[in-house]
Amino acid sequence: METPFIEFRNVSKRFGERTVLENVNLQIYEGQVTTIIGLSGSGKSVLLKHIIGLMKPDEGAILFRGKPLSTMKKREMETFLVRISYMFQDNALFDSMTVHENISLPLRETTNLGKAEIDRRVMARIEQTELGEAAHRYPSELSGGMQKRVALARALVVDPQIVLFDEPTSGQDPLRKNAILSMIAQYQRKFGFTAIMVSHEIPDVFFISNRILALYDRKIVFQGTPRELEKFEHSFKDEVIRSMEGLRDELTGLYSKRQFILNHAQLIRKADGETYSVVVFTLEGLGAIIATFGHDAAQEAIKAMGMFVIKHFDAIGGFSTRRSTNEFVTVLPYSDQEDAESILKDFILDLQSSGIPGIYAGDRRPTDADRSVEITVLAGITQGQPNEEIDSILDAAKNRQKEIARLWCDGRR
Amino acid sequence: MMPDEHRRKFSEGEPGRPLGAYLTGPFAVSGRSVIRWIRNSGASVIFFFLAFLKIFRTKQFSKIVQQVYYIGARSSMIIMLVGLFTGMVLGLQMYSALVNFGAQGYLGTLVALSLIRELGPVLAAIMITARAGSAITAEIGIQRISEQVDALATMRIDPLRYLISPRIAAAIISFPVLTAMFDLVGILGGYISGVLIMGANSGTYLFRVQSSVEMKDITHGFIKAVVFAVVVSTICCFQGYFAHMRTDSHGAKAVGLATTSAVVLSCVFILLSDYIVTSLLI
Repeated sequence: METPFIEFRNVSKRFGERTVLENVNLQIYEGQVTTIIGLSGSGKSVLLKHIIGLMKPDEGAILFRGKPLSTMKKREMETFLVRISYMFQDNALFDSMTVHENISLPLRETTNLGKAEIDRRVMARIEQTELGEAAHRYPSELSGGMQKRVALARALVVDPQIVLFDEPTSGQDPLRKNAILSMIAQYQRKFGFTAIMVSHEIPDVFFISNRILALYDRKIVFQGTPRELEKFEHSFKDEVIRSMEGLRDELTGLYSKRQFILNHAQLIRKADGETYSVVVFTLEGLGAIIATFGHDAAQEAIKAMGMFVIKHFDAIGGFSTRRSTNEFVTVLPYSDQEDAESILKDFILDLQSSGIPGIYAGDRRPTDADRSVEITVLAGITQGQPNEEIDSILDAAKNRQKEIARLWCDGRR
Repeated sequence: MMPDEHRRKFSEGEPGRPLGAYLTGPFAVSGRSVIRWIRNSGASVIFFFLAFLKIFRTKQFSKIVQQVYYIGARSSMIIMLVGLFTGMVLGLQMYSALVNFGAQGYLGTLVALSLIRELGPVLAAIMITARAGSAITAEIGIQRISEQVDALATMRIDPLRYLISPRIAAAIISFPVLTAMFDLVGILGGYISGVLIMGANSGTYLFRVQSSVEMKDITHGFIKAVVFAVVVSTICCFQGYFAHMRTDSHGAKAVGLATTSAVVLSCVFILLSDYIVTSLLI
């Protein structure tokens, strides 16, 4: 069995009379995005601060690759800490320094790199986080989203192996929240670091996380994949997940997955024996949009697609949700395959003629080919069976996907 | 009242609180304060030594120069202004007193010695505390409550080395220079009021200044300035650095109270250490 990268064994932490963590056991694996979820004030940030050594447990042990941190010599501990970066909830940027100075600080103070090399590395991160115009501005002159990106750039500039994110999306609007999560996921894939994140953003974090840790009543009550969490039965789910997950997805306005499943169950109960169809849409080309126009533009595309789905299918009694970052699912009640195909035809015609206004995507290729990105919309239809599990119906629809529209986006925003 | 009831009331006081607590209460409160004071004093001394040792690490020079600019160069105007008026007041008062005995020729001696031995180091230190010390506490306190100090630790940047050592070094460099500036401008102030305004003899004033001041006086003044630099910078940095651990308030209010404490404690300790140093040097 794989040795956990970081492991907590019976860790307890108290502040005076108040116990925040009690016999916490958890495992974090290398190269994954692990998200810790829990109610506000439940000790998630305290847990993160134990990993980076800002706090020490009262009881129990924290292990790195099987070795307790408490038994590490000073040099070993240094080597361990070198690998970690921490992104604070409130960014913790130095307000008397410019963006460039903030990002270069760890390199200036902890390495012997020359000025030119530091500049090169800092500018590379500034470009990657789309902060080029803000390089010489002060944090107080930037928007909340830009400040988050500065904090992210500063965390990544030392090429860490582990990055701890303490509520990286707090205080952001839905579009920006998803843009930041998308950025974290993209950098995690690109640089291969292990990401450990504290977040309340359900379901958005599920789309980018490999593992979820649920902190509830001072203990870790669940560890597993987001899919496994769906089947987890515990009061944590009622009290925490349902309180965080709204009725509708903040970004797209589509139903939350839980609400979608409830609607589906209700449909099967109400329309016993009646047919219904399921359509799975996939928006392809988000990576190219991110590379050319940035994360905000990609989230605009997802948002616009969600709104387009609502406009077309909610009006005729359908209900939809987002299955993953770029996958949308719609159930069309009382429609067989033929009806669904006919409804989809209207959808395709409208999509091609209207395009996606948020990112200026349309069916005509722009004249400036260098600044245009191709987006493809795939769709697959299947007829739902009353006794069949929703997941297998969705998988069947996905297997039947074919291209229904191709749009070109010129990124004027 | 029944004797049993009387005995119970006497021994218990209010429900849940024994009468003994009322008797020992004031002692407990003052005892706790003394223990806290001793603990903080010990912590401040350790804090100073740890930060002082880190002055001599690499990559400190530019930060020290920057702090010399903030603590030293930017305080020079206010130091000169206060020095000038202190000297002028001394000149007026001394002249008025000496003229009664026909001893106005000693004006230069009195002005120079009182400035160089006592007033220069003490008033310069108090003025630097008011201008730079309070700013140091507020700046470090804000950095502490906004997690910037924690951020340094997570970046493997020692907060003591990065934030505190340069300020202590800059104070040790700046205080003697500013004190010297205060003394010089003060002597000039005494000349303006005593000689130019009140009519004392110019040559006598300058001769007395030159002949009465010994190297020992200047050295003692500088020793005091260095001691005050250590006291002020340690107190101001310590108060800011541990602003988040105050038990009387939190957040911005804690920074405000830390700044007030820093200024008050610095002034008290300047006068206290002045007495101790003077008694050792005299």
